[in-house]
Amino acid sequence: MDSAKKSVLAARRQFLLDAARMAGGVGVLGLGVGLHAKQAKALPPAAIRPPGAGPEQDFLGACIRCGMCVRDCPYNILFLARPEQPIATGSPYFVARTGPCEMCEDIPCVKACPTGALDHKLTDIAKSKMGLAVLVDKETCLNFLGLRCDVCYRVCPLIDKAITLDLRHNERTGKHTIFEPVVHSDQCTGCGKCEKACVLEVAAIKVYPVKLAKGELGSHYRIGWEEKQKAGGSLVAPEVEHQYNLPEGMRYEHGKGLSSGPPGTMATPEAGVDSLRSVVPNPGKNAAPAGNIPQNIPGGGLSSRMSDDAPR
Amino acid sequence: MNENMRTKRWGQEAVETKGWWLAHKWLVLRRVSQLGILAAFLVGPWFGLWIVKGNLNYSLTLNTLPLADPFILLQSLVTGHVPEKLALIGVAIVAVFYLLVGGRVYCSWVCPVNPVTDAAGWLRDRLGIKGGAHVSRNARYWILALTLLLAGITGTLAWELVNPVSMLHRGLIFGLGSAWMVVLAVFAFDLFVMNRGWCGYLCPVGACYALIGKASPLRVTAVKREACNDCMDCFAICPEPLVIKAPLKDATKGVGPVILASECTNCGRCIDVCSKDVFSFGSRFNNAASMAGVARAASKRSTQVGSAS
Repeated sequence: MDSAKKSVLAARRQFLLDAARMAGGVGVLGLGVGLHAKQAKALPPAAIRPPGAGPEQDFLGACIRCGMCVRDCPYNILFLARPEQPIATGSPYFVARTGPCEMCEDIPCVKACPTGALDHKLTDIAKSKMGLAVLVDKETCLNFLGLRCDVCYRVCPLIDKAITLDLRHNERTGKHTIFEPVVHSDQCTGCGKCEKACVLEVAAIKVYPVKLAKGELGSHYRIGWEEKQKAGGSLVAPEVEHQYNLPEGMRYEHGKGLSSGPPGTMATPEAGVDSLRSVVPNPGKNAAPAGNIPQNIPGGGLSSRMSDDAPR
Repeated sequence: MNENMRTKRWGQEAVETKGWWLAHKWLVLRRVSQLGILAAFLVGPWFGLWIVKGNLNYSLTLNTLPLADPFILLQSLVTGHVPEKLALIGVAIVAVFYLLVGGRVYCSWVCPVNPVTDAAGWLRDRLGIKGGAHVSRNARYWILALTLLLAGITGTLAWELVNPVSMLHRGLIFGLGSAWMVVLAVFAFDLFVMNRGWCGYLCPVGACYALIGKASPLRVTAVKREACNDCMDCFAICPEPLVIKAPLKDATKGVGPVILASECTNCGRCIDVCSKDVFSFGSRFNNAASMAGVARAASKRSTQVGSAS
């Protein structure tokens, strides 16, 4: 009886010891792999995920590293990361500078994905967000130097939407124009064709994962003119007309510049129609969000403008 | 003594009595299976002949048959991602297959790491390397639990960053990179640190398949165990020798001849090396202990009960 009790105790001690030993060993292994996994989540900026990939965190849980996307890419731009690369081992990526996404209309890589790590809801390649092009270096970009390189703009599959050329005065020569390539994040798919095409030794325009390339406004921020458009008119009532400190007899209007003549003579037909249109449906409604044109501001009042419009 | 052991190789007796082919049949068939599966994956990227696309994690055969690895999909599920239909169909096919033929058939007939660890085991025996680290055979189930836990905590397939199985297979098809170092590490581990260490004690992929094949009908059975002459060749050659002992030796305790332990990989090497043809493939349901054995067991039990009371 006594010896039986002893042996039970010894067995229990052995069991606890074995369990602790196992938990210890496996715990060390788990800590190592876990910390490694934490680091592997940091995707290097040059590695771009295929179209339809979600945020990196979600993608690394959904992608089973099978390489079906790699196989079905007709341009062979996709690769599976190797263990020595700082990309999660076995996960697919492409490098824009050497092989950008050709933006196939049928998106075969997404169709090939068995898990939906590349989202099957993506059916329009122009809506994909693989990354975002950024003109990272204005000091070397040929267009900024005053040349008409325009290559990034020309190769963009969404030309004049994702990249536009914005014109401004070339201060250096005083007589030329700078055609500044501007990327629009709402249109850019991150295909990387601009980076591939950039003629410099090192590209001045680069595609980065959206997370790295995009700023984000505070959630409480509101953009005034957007809110105004949404509301159909100014949210501040009465809307204060800007007062310019000008010599007597001079007038300034946005878009038209400085001119001489009594105030109001330069009023454009649109402005006149606008003010009419906005006033007529809301007579006497001063504080209404739409059409609250100031009635009694000196020099820019509604009555004077209306009378000015009358003769035309 | 040591000299003595070196003069007699495991399975030599079987070669002498049955001939080379019957003493190596299942080994050769297994290598053919392993190489054939690998070749089916490789003729695509090598010669543009696309029989199978993908790798062992997920593959599409002849553009119609999806096959998916249950272990990786389970990890993916734990991270909170629900896969698309094709992956689910693929995993169902694979699970049913291994449910029928034995889960660890994957280990001995498919897995590309098996030839590596087999080679390490063979060399270890050849060089007479003994001893090494001791770990419980259950470590793999702990590691399996750990991989799932890691997937849940990190939200990523953390084990895929270090998994030698998928790393080697993917590497052979898509480019090895430094994955060969991981494979070499497994080889060196098995050779110097632990006999049959990776596949027999640690690998969570094998552990997962062992659980899937827990109730598989196809099993190795020591059907002619009365003929056993205690040469120990099967124990020496088996990567999981613990699974053999009871079915082979415990007939008197009423244990049936079928190797029921799910850790058995159905590799069939014991069938090969036995000069008495004790083992063969069979069904788990033909597991009645022989009448004599049962009778002996019953009488033994009754005497035990008698002595205890």
